[in-house]
Amino acid sequence: MNGKPLIDWAWVGQHLDDIAMRTVQHLEIALIAIVVGFAISFGLSLWAVRYRRAFAPITGVAGVLYTIPSLALFAALVPITRLSLLTAEIPLVVYTQLILIRNIVAGFDAVPSDVVETANGMGFGRTERLWRIELPLAIPLIVAGLRLASVSTIGLVTVAALLGDKFGGLGVFITDGLQTFFPTKVYVGAVLSVALALVVDLAFVILQRQLTPWSRAQDAPTGREQRTPGSLAGV
Amino acid sequence: MDLLRATTGWLLDPSHLVGPDGIPTRLEQHVAICVVSLFVAAAIALPIGTFIGHTGRGAFAAINLANIGRAVPSYAVMVMVLPVALSLSPKYGLDVIPTFTAMTLLAIPPILVNTFAGLRQVDPDLVEAGRGMGMRERQLLLRLELPLALPVVLGGVRTAAVQVVATATLGAELGGGGLGRYIVDGIARQEDDRLLTGVFLVAALALTTEAAFAVASRVLTSAGVRRTARAGLDTER
Repeated sequence: MNGKPLIDWAWVGQHLDDIAMRTVQHLEIALIAIVVGFAISFGLSLWAVRYRRAFAPITGVAGVLYTIPSLALFAALVPITRLSLLTAEIPLVVYTQLILIRNIVAGFDAVPSDVVETANGMGFGRTERLWRIELPLAIPLIVAGLRLASVSTIGLVTVAALLGDKFGGLGVFITDGLQTFFPTKVYVGAVLSVALALVVDLAFVILQRQLTPWSRAQDAPTGREQRTPGSLAGV
Repeated sequence: MDLLRATTGWLLDPSHLVGPDGIPTRLEQHVAICVVSLFVAAAIALPIGTFIGHTGRGAFAAINLANIGRAVPSYAVMVMVLPVALSLSPKYGLDVIPTFTAMTLLAIPPILVNTFAGLRQVDPDLVEAGRGMGMRERQLLLRLELPLALPVVLGGVRTAAVQVVATATLGAELGGGGLGRYIVDGIARQEDDRLLTGVFLVAALALTTEAAFAVASRVLTSAGVRRTARAGLDTER
């Protein structure tokens, strides 16, 4: 690494196909985990919102799973699921749960009780109220959770590369670069995975604006007067 | 079940309790790097978070920077730091410095964001009341805002600590010490009992950390604040 430029642009130019393939793979693996993780956590959150007693055990279990090191969970699954896509997806899905459940439940909790009462007064049933009143109002916190979960998932895909090159996405460049002492690969892998996380994060911000047109008027800069906890996660 | 028995056997084998690869040594290495990283991260994030939370200045930049920090995978940080670290110090460049750098960077965002969020959540009426009672900015901050924000701030430190304990494992991938050693060596040597011992020890350490912070948070928070305090939006891996 002495004297050589940090990034070998010629290598980058020759490997654009490879880079594009890994980027797409990275995104695919992460998106599957986010979609599946969201579906599971949404179900669990609805359960926790309806039966309050379920909240502590659910977040307790999710919390314990969350403390298992990613490298360890990936590795521990290899004897069971072999080197299949499941080996990469199961840990990724598991790690989204705590973040998503906390945020989804917080989102429903943040719906003002006046609004719930108004909906009751207007004759909404429990289910209808949930989908048409509470869910839209919970969207900002739910999307905040999705942003955290997707950023961390995209980062974790790089760790999956340690299992092999089948599903490490851009992380494969990082492990290869380390093994062959070729820094260009490391930087390409790291920079692109960060860029990917930021792009997905931005996509969620835009999605939230589309989904909650009423909140756009309130998107004022963080002034002293506006300090609802709900707005914080989305700063 | 055989695997469970084998792992328990490995864990309880007296020969694994001594020497440079013994459990106490690995545990000590793991805890040491986590504690140092956490302290450095707190020394950086707490003052910045307090400043932007109190004044509201620079919030946008700081929070977005913290979010970008969250997007940088720790493993990538370690590998990227490696060449620089090796040239700085051949002795510590391979294991200590990359892990320390990555863990510090990992711990900064949750502490920073929660400190900011905690201070922002303080009821502005209370701040006005304090000002009306003649409190100076310093007093407002130290005696009113920070005590009220403490549960949320500690929630951030707790998240950071648990993440650091779990993620410091990756340092072993580069040849670092700590409990990750058992996991990486377990994979390399295909010794599942060693691997699972590592998994168990790291998870146990992370849970202990979580519990310790929960207790500390209760003890440090004043009784009046405890009632209302619920930090919920601070999680990230």
